[in-house]
Amino acid sequence: MTPLLSARGVTVRYGALAALDGVDLRVEYGQRHALIGPNGAGKTTLLDVLAGATRAGAGHVSLAGRDVTRLGPAARARRGVGRIHQRPAVWSTLTATENVVVAALPHVVRPGRWRPGARRPAAERAAGAWLDRVGLREVAAVPAGQLAHGQRRQLEIAMALAGRPRLLLLDEPAAGLSAVEVGRLVEFLRVLPRAVAVLLVEHRLDLVYALCDQVSVLRDGRTVATGTPAEIRASGEVRQAYAEGMP
Amino acid sequence: MRDEAVRALRRVVAAIVLAGLVLAPWAVDDYTAALLARTLALGLVGVSVALLTGVAGLPTLGQTAPYAAGAYASAVVGSRLSDVGVAHLAVAAVAGAALAAATVPLVVSARGVIVLMITLAVGELAVIVAGRWRSVTGGTDGLAGVPPVRPLWGLPVLATDRARYLYVLVVVAVLVGAVLLILRTRAGLLLRARRDDEARLRASGHRVPAQVAAVHVAAGAVAGAAGSLLVVAQQFVSPADFGFDTSALLLLGVVVGGAASIGGALVGAVIVIAARDWLFGVLPGHAPLVLGLAFVVTVYLLPGETHRSGLRSRLLPGSPARPAGAGTERPEPTGVRA
Repeated sequence: MTPLLSARGVTVRYGALAALDGVDLRVEYGQRHALIGPNGAGKTTLLDVLAGATRAGAGHVSLAGRDVTRLGPAARARRGVGRIHQRPAVWSTLTATENVVVAALPHVVRPGRWRPGARRPAAERAAGAWLDRVGLREVAAVPAGQLAHGQRRQLEIAMALAGRPRLLLLDEPAAGLSAVEVGRLVEFLRVLPRAVAVLLVEHRLDLVYALCDQVSVLRDGRTVATGTPAEIRASGEVRQAYAEGMP
Repeated sequence: MRDEAVRALRRVVAAIVLAGLVLAPWAVDDYTAALLARTLALGLVGVSVALLTGVAGLPTLGQTAPYAAGAYASAVVGSRLSDVGVAHLAVAAVAGAALAAATVPLVVSARGVIVLMITLAVGELAVIVAGRWRSVTGGTDGLAGVPPVRPLWGLPVLATDRARYLYVLVVVAVLVGAVLLILRTRAGLLLRARRDDEARLRASGHRVPAQVAAVHVAAGAVAGAAGSLLVVAQQFVSPADFGFDTSALLLLGVVVGGAASIGGALVGAVIVIAARDWLFGVLPGHAPLVLGLAFVVTVYLLPGETHRSGLRSRLLPGSPARPAGAGTERPEPTGVRA
């Protein structure tokens, strides 16, 4: 069966340094797939390539069987790729509600959406529902720039989900969150419908093993192992990666 | 509570300013009324600068180009075809929008200081073309003796400076109101989001180049309409109306008035232009020096506004170029950054 996401031979070079060197990756529909590896292994660069923010020097990326290698981030987002960034990326002068409304806009095509106030109550109600799901109802009217780090993370998740993604790219979503916020995040990801596949970059292996059913290990820009959490735990390659500084 | 008080104060001040503007022509002589009308027209160009600079985050020095296109189109129509003001306005807006559309390919993929340079070049080119295309523009002599307009078909001709001033005031009020209304739609929301973090907007699936093109053309239409009002106010147009000092003063006025505030930009542009006209008499020949000093003082005293307009990071290296929440800087990989 055609996978939801397929990356073959993806290579990215920064001068003489190969950030990614012929990486292969396959994410199935509805799968929870983790990408782990030491710092500098190329995890975020790979997410950048998959999201279209960085174009690979070589290799191909397919989404649901269609080659998207040459598409930019906007076109990939419209094809169902959502992204949670390492540092929460929100529109700081817009309120939380407005952030979600704007994030959802390219994915909601209805006539008259540009008229003053057109369908605004409906869009704001929908945004409110997403904010409810991530626990941000109380700060719906607060500019995103005034939210705490954890709240901005939650807001970015709501924004990504409002775009109705088929694939959600999560880049260290637990970074900088309190224990309570991490617990809330894990619970949220656990109940996320299987219609949304997840590719998770995370240093905290307890989260990876709790949430994911497939794990790929990246080291020095190459995929060194892929398997179930149990297989990865038992892998010699992974133990070697740990020994070389994987957290 | 404090916000409500500030809002109420703003409404009172706005009402007083509006009443003052309506009553002004009865308090001043004809020459001053004409000068005020011309200043209001320039204030409308300031609104178009604010639309690009403060709302969309595209600092510009080139809005004098669509302003000139609108002014010449209006003058030509007024001299040869029609004396109806709204027809002039429509033609001028289309001319301004068309010129802006022609420059979209230059602007749509550029950002920050490059936009400033490109738009500066476009503005200067417009002045050169206006000075050399004698058959249409009258060259450096300009087009003089443009007949006075009638606002609409069937209405009397605006024969006095006071009447022309009131016409300009009404048109400016209507157009500023229209801009404010549009900014309350989701189009306005998208512009603010683009100013905050363009990369995030792309990552959400928005067609950012199309949005940039649309706001650039819309701002061109507003500036073009302002060109028509300039011709109504002074019944004359020449390349001297569109020089670099006008572009720079408009940008300064927009920053002073509040780059992200359309009303503030209008007031700021009007105040700066009025100050220039006053300074011409007091310090003849030293306007560029005063302009330069005003820029330096503004960048240091209004860091918030200059930051929002994108000017501070251009003029003061080391200042943050992007707001918090923007992506981290990364080296360019081999290949193309999308």
